[in-house]
Amino acid sequence: MHSLLDTLMVLLVFTNLRILGLSRINASIRTVAAQGVLLGLVALVANADHLTGRILLIAVAGIALKGIVFPVLLFRALRAVKIRREVEPFVGYIPSVLAGVAAFLVSLWVAARLPLPGRPPSDLIVPAALSTLFVGLLVIVSRKKALSQTLGYLVFENGVYAFGVGVAYEAPALVEMGILLDVFVAVFVMGIIVFHIAREFDSIDTTRLATLKE
Amino acid sequence: MNPATLLPAALSVLLAPLFLGVINRTKAVFAGRAGRPLLQTYIDLAKLARKGAVYSRTTTWVFRLAPITALAAGLVALLLLPLGGFPAPISFPGDFVLLILVLGTSRFLTVIGALDTGSSFEGMGASREASVSALAEPVLFLCLAVAARESGQSTLSGIVGGLTGADWQRAGPALVLLATSLLAILLAENSRIPVDDPNTHLELTMIHEVMVLDHGGPDLALILSGAALKLWILAALLVGLILPGRSGSPWLDSLLFSAGMLVLGVVIGIVESTIARLRLNRVPQFLVGAGAFAVMALALIMR
Repeated sequence: MHSLLDTLMVLLVFTNLRILGLSRINASIRTVAAQGVLLGLVALVANADHLTGRILLIAVAGIALKGIVFPVLLFRALRAVKIRREVEPFVGYIPSVLAGVAAFLVSLWVAARLPLPGRPPSDLIVPAALSTLFVGLLVIVSRKKALSQTLGYLVFENGVYAFGVGVAYEAPALVEMGILLDVFVAVFVMGIIVFHIAREFDSIDTTRLATLKE
Repeated sequence: MNPATLLPAALSVLLAPLFLGVINRTKAVFAGRAGRPLLQTYIDLAKLARKGAVYSRTTTWVFRLAPITALAAGLVALLLLPLGGFPAPISFPGDFVLLILVLGTSRFLTVIGALDTGSSFEGMGASREASVSALAEPVLFLCLAVAARESGQSTLSGIVGGLTGADWQRAGPALVLLATSLLAILLAENSRIPVDDPNTHLELTMIHEVMVLDHGGPDLALILSGAALKLWILAALLVGLILPGRSGSPWLDSLLFSAGMLVLGVVIGIVESTIARLRLNRVPQFLVGAGAFAVMALALIMR
C-alpha cells in the first residue's frame, strides 16, 4: 500500500515537472487536470484504513471539480482568447524544470526537519506537497499569460490539498469543502476576467497590463 | 583468463546487428510494410566490407582513425559489461567510469574525424553530436550512480547483479525513474528518434549520419558495426538493470536476458513509430528532463 502511495507521489512530482516544461496551454490544462485526479486518488489511498464518508466526499468532490469542471472552464476561456502557447516566459522552460527539481530537493530537506502532528502515511507526501506549492508559485511569477498564471494558482492549491489529505486528515470537512468552493469561484471568475481582458486588449499578456495608461 | 568468459561478448558482437533488425521490423509492422529482412544489417556490412575505400586528399590520418576507434571502443566496452547473468571479463571497482570514458573516446574521435574532412555539413553534425552528448553523458553518470548506490556495489557486474526484487519493492518508483532516464539516454546516444532519425538522409537535419557522410566501404562497415555495438551495450545495461533477481543458473539468466533484449528492441521500435522527432532546439529540454528524472531517483534513494 505504501509503495502505491509513493508511486502516486512520484507521479505528482512528475506532473509538476511536466507543467514547468510545457509551452502549449491546452497540454498544461490537461496535465493540471490529471494532477487533480491524482490527488483525489491520493486522498483515497492515504486514508484507506479509515475510509469515512467525509474522506470520500473530499476525494470525489476534488476529482469532479479538478478533473472535469476546471478543465471545461479553462478550455472555454482558451477558446475565447484564441492563443495556443505561452511565448517567452520570464524564466525559460529548461531553467524552470531545473528549478522544479531543486524545489523537490529543498522540499525533501525541509520535510525531514519539519515537526508534524503525527506521522504521515508516506514519507514522500510532505516533500511532494511542498514542491507542488513551490512549483505553483514559480508558474504564477514566471509566466506571462493570464491563463498560465491561473494554472499556477491551481497547482498551488493542489499543493495545499495534497498537504491537507496527507498530513492533517483530522481537518474538518467544512474547511476542505470551503477551500474547494473558493477555488471553484476563483477559477470561474478568472476565466471570465481572462475573456474580458482578451476582448478589451486583444492579448492576455500580463506584462502589457503593467504599462496600462488612462 | 578463461576463454569461456569471452563467449557472451563474442556472441554480442554477432547479435548486435540483429538488434537493429528487430527495431526495423517493429517499425515496419507499425507502418504496415513488409520491411527489410531481419538480417539486412549483416548483408549491408558484408557488402561494404567487399568495397574499396576512397579518401579525400584534404583528410589526414585522423579521418582514418575514427572508424577503427568506433569498433574498438565497442569491443573494449563489451569486455567491461556483464551480459545475461555472466559477470564481465574485466571488472574492478569504478569500472563504469571506464565504460563511459571508452564510449566518450569513440565519440570524440568520430567528431574530430568529421571535422577533419573540412566539410561544412560534417562540421555541423559534429557540433550537434558534441552538444547532445555533453548533456547526455552527465545523465548517464547520474543513472549509474543511482544504480550503484541502490545496489551498494562499485563494479558494473556487482551493480547489475545486485539489483534484486527486494530493491524493486523498497525503491520501485526511483528505479522506474532510473529506467526511464536511461531509456532516454539510450535513444539520444544512439541517434534514435526523438533526438535524431537514423533513416533520414537530409544533411541539414541529421546528427550522427551527417558525420559519417565521407566514410565509405570498409570504413563505413566499421562505423556501422561500432554503432550497432554501442546500441547493444546501452541496451544490455538497461536490460541488466531492469531485470530483477538472478535464478542462479547462468543459462536461464541468459535466456531471460535475451528475451529482455527482444522486448527492448520492440519497445524502441514502438517509440520510434509513435512519437515524432523533436525540433533540434527541444532536444536539450528532452535531455534535461531525463536528467531531472535521474536527480529525482538519486534523491529518493539517498533519502
